[in-house]
Amino acid sequence: MRINEHPVLGRQKKNIVNITCNGVDYEAYEGESIAAALLANDIRTLGYSEKGKEPRGIYCGIGHCYECRVMVNGERNVRACMTRVKDGMRVESQSGELL
Amino acid sequence: MTYDLVVIGSGPAGMSAAINAASYGARVAIVDENPVTGGKLLGQMHEDPDFEWWIGENIAREMTSEVKKLDIDTFLEKEVWGIFPQWNVMLHSGEQLQASNVLIATGAAEKAMPLPGWTKPGVMAIGAAQTLTNYHRVKPGHNVAIIGVDPLSLSVAHELKMADVNVAGIFLPPSNALTSDKSSPMQIIDDLSGMAHLAPNRLMKIAGKMAKNPVMKKAAAKFYPSFGMKVWGIPLFLRKTVLAIEGKEQAETVKTAKIVQNGQLQQENAKSINVDCVCISGGLYPLAELASSAGCAFAYIKELGGHIPLHSPEMETTQEGIFVAGNITGIESAKVAMAQGKLAGTAISDRLGLLNNPQKAVTRARKEVEDASEQALIQFQPNIGYGREKAEQIWREKADL
Repeated sequence: MRINEHPVLGRQKKNIVNITCNGVDYEAYEGESIAAALLANDIRTLGYSEKGKEPRGIYCGIGHCYECRVMVNGERNVRACMTRVKDGMRVESQSGELL
Repeated sequence: MTYDLVVIGSGPAGMSAAINAASYGARVAIVDENPVTGGKLLGQMHEDPDFEWWIGENIAREMTSEVKKLDIDTFLEKEVWGIFPQWNVMLHSGEQLQASNVLIATGAAEKAMPLPGWTKPGVMAIGAAQTLTNYHRVKPGHNVAIIGVDPLSLSVAHELKMADVNVAGIFLPPSNALTSDKSSPMQIIDDLSGMAHLAPNRLMKIAGKMAKNPVMKKAAAKFYPSFGMKVWGIPLFLRKTVLAIEGKEQAETVKTAKIVQNGQLQQENAKSINVDCVCISGGLYPLAELASSAGCAFAYIKELGGHIPLHSPEMETTQEGIFVAGNITGIESAKVAMAQGKLAGTAISDRLGLLNNPQKAVTRARKEVEDASEQALIQFQPNIGYGREKAEQIWREKADL
C-alpha cells in the first residue's frame, strides 16, 4: 500500500523499524503513525468495539474519535493515529473486553 | 515556565504567529498534540494558476526551521486541557505554562456524517485519507468511494488519483437530519461556486457559472446525468447517493441509488459497487472548545463553518490576552491562516511594547489577511466574505454596549 514514487512529491527516504502486531513481524517507517504503518501492511482492522464486538479501524486520523485504540507494549487504549512507531514496538488489538 | 506568548497549535496560523512574535523579541512557547509541527499543512498540496505546485509539507519544514532558529520552546505530543486566568496553560503531562498572552490556533475538525456501515474498517474521514496519502504516503485503499461533494473532497479525489489510487466515484450522502444540506443536488451546485475561479477543468467552471444563475441551477440539478460526469477521470455523481456501506469484516461495497427529479430515491434499482475504502467528507467546523472553556464569547455563523469565538480586528477575543487565528475563526485556506497568525503575532508584539511603529505594522498585517482571503484559489465555505462581515458586525455591536 506504499506510494513509493509520487509524481509531485517525489520519493521519500525513510529508515525502517520493526514492529509486531498480534505477534506477527512487520516493517514500518521511522516516524510514521502506528495506523499508517499497519495500513501500509494491509491491516485495516485495529480492534473491536466494546459493544457488539464490531471491527474498528482508523477513522478521523486526528485523535478525536478514539476508534483506533490499540494496546502498545501492554498499555491499553493508545491511539494508533497519534502515536509514532518505535523499533521493537508490540502492538495488539483490543477485542472489546472491558478492563 | 513563564512566557510572553503561548501558542496552542503548530499549524500554519500558530507557527506563523509564533515566528512573528519571536522575531520581534517575544519569549514564545508553542504546544501541539502531534509528534511533529505543521498541523494540516503536512498533507496539503495544490497547483497554483501558474502551474507551480504549492506543497504544504515544504512550507511546514521552512516554518519549523524558523521556529528552531528563534529558540521558540516547542512542546510536542502535549495536550492542553485547560486555560485558567490570567493565563495558565495546563498540559496533560503536568506542565503549566504561564503567559500574559495566549493564541488559540487549534484549527478545524470534520463534521460527522453518519450513514449505515460507517464504522467499518476501511471507512475514514476525508482528512485522514489526505494525510495518509500525501504525508505518510500510504494508500488508504486501492479502490475508493468518496461520499460528499465539496472543495476538500474534490481536492483529495485528485490527490488520490495522483497517488495511483482508483477513485470509483464521488457521491452525495444519503439524505437525513444530519446531511440535509449536503445531499441536495441544488445545494451542492451552489457550494461548488466557491471553486469556480479555481477552474482546474471545464466542469468546475460550468458548475460555478450554473450556481450564479437560478434558472440554470435548477436545470443543472434536473438534467445532470445520473451516470455522472468525469473530473480528472473520476466520476462525479450529483444525482447518485450512497445508501449504505456493506461488508463483513471491513468495507467491501457501497450501495448506491439514483436521485430522481423530485429529490426522491429510486430504491428498487440500488446498485452495489466494489470498494476497499470509503472516504466521508462532511465539511469542516472550527475547533473551539478551549476558547469556550476559557470564557470567550461566541457566535454561530454558518458561513464560517459553525461556532466561532468573537474577536477584534487584531484577533483578540472577549477575554483580554486571548487571541485566535486560523480555522478556529472560520474555515479558509492555509494561506489565510498564516496571514491571520502574522496579524495576531504583530498585535501581541504591540501589546508587549516591542514594535517601533505599531500602527503601521498592524495595518499592514491586516491588509495581508484581506489579500490572502481575496486571492484564495478555493473557498471551503460558500459566502465566507459575508460570514466575516457578520462576525465583525457582531463584534462592533458588542463593543458599543
